Amino acid sequence: MASGIKDKVAIVGMGCSKFGERWDTSPDDLMVEAYVEAMDDAGIEPNQLDAAWFSHHIDDIGSGKGGTPMSIALRLPNISVTRVENYCASGSEAFRGAVYAVAAGAADIAIALGMEKLKDTGYGGLPAANYGTLGPQIGPSGSAPGNFAQLASAYTAKHGVSAEDLKRAIAHVSVKSHANGALNPKAHLQKEVTEEQVMNAPMIAEPLGLFDCCGVSDGAAAAVVTTPEIAKSLGKKDLISVKALQLSVSNGLESQHNSWDGSYFHTVRIAAKKAYAEAGITNPRKEISMMEVHDCFSITELVTMEDLFISEEGNAVNDVMDGFYDSDGQVPCQIDGGLKCFGHPIGASGLRMLYEMYLQLQGKADKRQLSSPSVGLTHNLGGQPANNVCSVAIIGSL
Amino acid sequence: MSDTGISSIANYIPRLRLQRKAITESNAWMAPNLVGKGKGTKAISNWDEDSVTMSVEAARRILGPEDDRSQVNSLFFASTTMPYSDRLNSGIIRAALTLEETTQCSDVSSSLKSGTTALINAFNSVNSGKSSLSLVTASDKRKARVASAQELNFGDAATAISISKDNVIAKFIDSASLSIDFIDHFRGPNEEFDYNWEERWIRDEGYLKIIPKLINNLLKDNNISPSDISRFILPCIFPRVPQTIAKKTGIDPDNVVDNLAASVGDTGSCHPLLMLTSVLENSTPGEKILICSFGGGGDAILLETTNLITDFTNTETTVDLIDNGVDEDNYMKYLTFNDLVKWEKGMRAEIDRKTALTTLYRHNDAIIGLVGGKCSKTGTIQFPASRISVSPNSPDLDTQEPYKFAEKRANILSWSADYLSFSINPPNYYGIVSFEGGGRIMMDFTDVGEGDVESGKDVKMVFRIKAFDEARGFTRYFWKAVPI
Repeated sequence: MASGIKDKVAIVGMGCSKFGERWDTSPDDLMVEAYVEAMDDAGIEPNQLDAAWFSHHIDDIGSGKGGTPMSIALRLPNISVTRVENYCASGSEAFRGAVYAVAAGAADIAIALGMEKLKDTGYGGLPAANYGTLGPQIGPSGSAPGNFAQLASAYTAKHGVSAEDLKRAIAHVSVKSHANGALNPKAHLQKEVTEEQVMNAPMIAEPLGLFDCCGVSDGAAAAVVTTPEIAKSLGKKDLISVKALQLSVSNGLESQHNSWDGSYFHTVRIAAKKAYAEAGITNPRKEISMMEVHDCFSITELVTMEDLFISEEGNAVNDVMDGFYDSDGQVPCQIDGGLKCFGHPIGASGLRMLYEMYLQLQGKADKRQLSSPSVGLTHNLGGQPANNVCSVAIIGSL
Repeated sequence: MSDTGISSIANYIPRLRLQRKAITESNAWMAPNLVGKGKGTKAISNWDEDSVTMSVEAARRILGPEDDRSQVNSLFFASTTMPYSDRLNSGIIRAALTLEETTQCSDVSSSLKSGTTALINAFNSVNSGKSSLSLVTASDKRKARVASAQELNFGDAATAISISKDNVIAKFIDSASLSIDFIDHFRGPNEEFDYNWEERWIRDEGYLKIIPKLINNLLKDNNISPSDISRFILPCIFPRVPQTIAKKTGIDPDNVVDNLAASVGDTGSCHPLLMLTSVLENSTPGEKILICSFGGGGDAILLETTNLITDFTNTETTVDLIDNGVDEDNYMKYLTFNDLVKWEKGMRAEIDRKTALTTLYRHNDAIIGLVGGKCSKTGTIQFPASRISVSPNSPDLDTQEPYKFAEKRANILSWSADYLSFSINPPNYYGIVSFEGGGRIMMDFTDVGEGDVESGKDVKMVFRIKAFDEARGFTRYFWKAVPI
């Protein structure tokens, strides 16, 4: 078995723009905002960067294809810039590229930056995805909420949970994230909501109402990574290192084979097991201090709690209602507001999750600061339940 | 008399029945003359149905669930509302029914008598020995101007008939035709609607002169007395005209067959065959049936039922189809389904729906025929087929054999009703459908009412319009799930 990535790479700088409806801000400006903060935090100059990874999902809005938009916006010194795209997990993919380059010795210092400019579409929600030339001739002309909402129908059928109980539990998922987001000045949505508000909101895709869906936002986030040795030579102390980086990708089993029951994420369970093994974690419910998961929809978060082996299968509803994942619970989740309230500029989201974990581990999360977290997990999912890519990353104190 | 005849026949009537009163009440302010006609219902197709899809549904009813359909060697499709002016419409039907590609397919069009003309062609094809089993489908999706008499009269439906020398329930005696350029209405190229001449002229100079001549020619040629005709079929929107013609030609007026106007409407090319189905579902051996059509002259066909008619029935008879209709009193929904009103579709409808024809051709069996694959090594069934099997832990290479899904039993694994994505009939219902025996497809649902969809519920497959590419005039087809 491979030796894994544990403690081979340290994060020395991170930055994140304000997320939201940034009507007056261009894709370039968003990149600069995250980049300047990350570079200041790292305390390095551009000519110290050896390589860059750039994540950006939708290229017909935003900055277009290729690595040049990032290189030009940031005036990088003609270093390699690799654009990566892996649905909504693109940000984690950029981070993986930069981390692997450093671990391989191909780069001393590398930067990963993700950016998405979604509010140039003219309407709310995401634009229709491109599924090639065959996909649209077969697949439903649906939407992200319609795809993820199907988890609820399969989950209730499998576990015998009533539709009403599930609706209230997923409402609590959103209420919790709104409470957290209210403490985050960079979050897109900073207002608290009640369960009743969530449950009575207009229907988007049954059973998901408006407040069960995450914000569609503009934003960017960045991470500067290097080896622990170089980090120390830069004068860094109390290093934050990468413990695990795993990616699991659907191979068509869920969408084509009847062995999958539609109520969980096949890939998440695989990526989680591999990540825990890579990080040396044996009891995630006890050992994970905090999490940022891909709460594109409230039902996604609830199901994910089981797929990450934090809640027992069929018991996430109870854990959620017991406040297990609230900011004062045992494993606080979405402490920055999550996709739900911090927002979801697709290419940036994986890096935004790491940004909050990084702040928390350093004790720099201001009003949101948890007491002495040591291990943070990020879960970044792209695609839809029946066909997706799932990244699980774990970072912690070195 | 030849051995050739009808071996099976079935109707398809779409689910919704628009109440005519809903039309006349909405339009009373500008068309008070039509208020009195606001009685009964008309069958209206869903937005995703056209004459091709309705033909497929009718044909499936007579072909049954068997995979092997190689016995069919010719197909005649009749319609005046074919979705394509230049693309073999019957070729789409053939592919959807997974008939052999050697099936001779013909489109028969341009007149409301095209249904009977197609039937005559099929009789001749089998009679001559060219075909052993010929399939006829006739269907129209009839569009009319708002507040017109046609809007009230027209209905949508399809009929399919199989013609053979075996298992014949009604033998073909003979046919007669008249080709006369009598223009009661016409529809020029690129025109959406018919242009109609005065009804009294159509009745007096058209029906009352052309149809009797046809009948007399046919009966005389075959030395048959009009009094022997036990059922007389003539689609005609003018009340009592078929009875007048019957009297004029010596047929017992009591033997005029009900034209289903009260519940279904006038379904155009399909209509004489639609009425014939309703007759054959309730016939006894030895009945002589006369079917006439009117349009560009007319056709007349003479049939005689055999002893096998006693055992003939359809799983869903015409009476069942009429009884199972769902009343619709929302006139705006009908107008929207038929693109008769400019409505706000939202920016999400702006997506380019250009169809890659190369992709469509490469995957024609999958897209049009719903044919997937079965791994010859593990037996794993999947859709669509692929070079490497989806079998868990057994990614076998090039082991896929064609596997037909359209007639297989299936149920709903997961679903949602989506209010966000564009739909002509929101909300947009879709989900994962699992097939008994293996395989699953994430697909659209259609003909759904609120509360009809839930996990575990059985569904059937129907061939429907997937999307319109309005910029290029292309209709994209695929299969959808209907809760049962």
